[in-house]
Amino acid sequence: MKNAVGREIPDKLLTGGKEVYQGKFHMDGKAYHKAGPVVRRAEKPQESKVLGSIREACEKCGAHDGMTVSFHHAFRNGDYVTSMVMKVLVEEMGLKDLTVATTSLGSAQDLLADYIEEGKIIGVQSSGVRGRIGEVISAGKLKTPAIIRSHGGRPRAIETGELSIDITFIAASSADDYGNASGTGGKNNCGTLGYAVADSRYANHVVVVTDTLVPFPNMPAAISSIDVDCVVVVDAIGDPKKIGTKEARVTEDPRNLMMAENCARIMAATPYFKDGFSFQTGVGGPSLAVNRYLEDYMRERGIVMGFALGGMGGNICDLMDKGLVRKLLDTQDFDTKAIEHLAAHPDKHLEISTSEYANPANKGAYVNKLDFVVLAALEIDTDFNVNVLTGSDGVLRGAPGGHPDTAAGSKCCIIVTPLVRGRMATVCKKVVTVTTPGDCVDVLVTDYGIAVNPARGDLIECLDAAGIVHTTIEALQEKAYSLVGEPDELEWEDSVIAILEARDGTILDVVRKIKPVEL
Amino acid sequence: MQIETMAMAGTLESSDVQVTVEPGTAGIELRLESSVMNQYGRAIQKTVLDTLKRLGVSSARVQVVDQGALDCTIRARVECAVFRSAGISDKNIPWGGVVQ
Repeated sequence: MKNAVGREIPDKLLTGGKEVYQGKFHMDGKAYHKAGPVVRRAEKPQESKVLGSIREACEKCGAHDGMTVSFHHAFRNGDYVTSMVMKVLVEEMGLKDLTVATTSLGSAQDLLADYIEEGKIIGVQSSGVRGRIGEVISAGKLKTPAIIRSHGGRPRAIETGELSIDITFIAASSADDYGNASGTGGKNNCGTLGYAVADSRYANHVVVVTDTLVPFPNMPAAISSIDVDCVVVVDAIGDPKKIGTKEARVTEDPRNLMMAENCARIMAATPYFKDGFSFQTGVGGPSLAVNRYLEDYMRERGIVMGFALGGMGGNICDLMDKGLVRKLLDTQDFDTKAIEHLAAHPDKHLEISTSEYANPANKGAYVNKLDFVVLAALEIDTDFNVNVLTGSDGVLRGAPGGHPDTAAGSKCCIIVTPLVRGRMATVCKKVVTVTTPGDCVDVLVTDYGIAVNPARGDLIECLDAAGIVHTTIEALQEKAYSLVGEPDELEWEDSVIAILEARDGTILDVVRKIKPVEL
Repeated sequence: MQIETMAMAGTLESSDVQVTVEPGTAGIELRLESSVMNQYGRAIQKTVLDTLKRLGVSSARVQVVDQGALDCTIRARVECAVFRSAGISDKNIPWGGVVQ
């Protein structure tokens, strides 16, 4: 069946009430029962929940073939715990048919690619699929299609019971012997543990893995001991220095800075840019760089940002320290500065869960209060559909993250991207995979010009009034093709290797196995 | 133009293409690798073959390792490799002739 973004979704995936994407807010008002975990009572006083090893914890939690385990990715490329635990499950305990439901996957979890190839891991549910894992899934080696969800879609799937987790393993920078766990106060800090909160409340078994055991009570704590079955102490849970690599980088590239400056100009030209406005940036170079230009506009107007949302980097913390931001609502810390800032300012730099952040199935996620979001894209097409998941070779190498959530929730969603990257036309006729539907995207900023979604006549008027030159997205696409040539359409086999869920749980797109080119 | 010796032009940098030509026996034998194969493999093949034809090269073994180069780059690298092979890359480049 064809969905609202024109993608053909195989009927065999539309079972058990699964629907195709039917436009933003289609599920609004729909009632559902929240799922609940199976909880084993710990009524008899126990002095400590600390166990001797990961294996012991797995055995206590009834690890078995065919189960679903989960992890968070606050340590990003510096994460040790996912691989450490999977190695115990697969190599020490000999378990098979496992499903791994992480908040994201990257090169730190390359080991899992081996287990996928060996058929030990048969399911992957994640936001990001990068590195070798992306390659083996794209090659059709995962037994079931991977399920890709946004950061808001994941807690939605957990709370509605679509994603049921047998055991979650939560890497925590500090924990007490009862399981109160935090991303700060340890020797390897990741900052907020917002990704792991839903898992801690809805998984049947919760294991806290820490390298810094502190006296009870370890509070305030994102993860409450009332949800924790056991605690395991390991040598190191991750390397915080590797959080800020690759995806989250600050740019000095003048082209990126020019685009970032234009984003700030556009924001300042809208009626939403007033005292108390709210803002989020993605982690791409130009989008992160918008922060530095906002400062001038805020000072000029004498206004202060009410809150910044989502992932935090040092630059937004700087803005707060200059008195230009009142609150930071933090789901992920992208660098050591943000990690330290979270710990140092518990009154205004606040840890939030991804359900609070972006879950479309709760009673109002914070993205709905967002004025502006500035996001990157691998591709954007003339319908304003964005792809942040698949490369132009059809291989999984990205992550929707909070992209679709913030785009849908915000009043003004700006996509910033160079027109071409090498020979790849970023602005194209049809994106490889739709990860954020075009009805949620408002403005496109490229190095060759700006385009506004025609659905947003109000924003077009704002830009015109401010003297900001803009063109059509078709003109930008034609310019891109005139530089790099018109790309051939990718050719696919029939088999689906990944299902891309819209944030509301409908199917937005599928990724099929790419067919090699024959010349 | 005759391919006389093995010659190479271009690099393996991003957005460049490395072209190697060698004397061949049976027409043009092209081996192509590209980081943008799925979307531009056919276009690159056509650009390479068209350029060789324009230069009057009818027999050669050609290896192209592309890192997402634009068409103009591909043409220039093929021309340079051929001229180096024919020993005319230092002087007597046919500016205004086959090189437009």
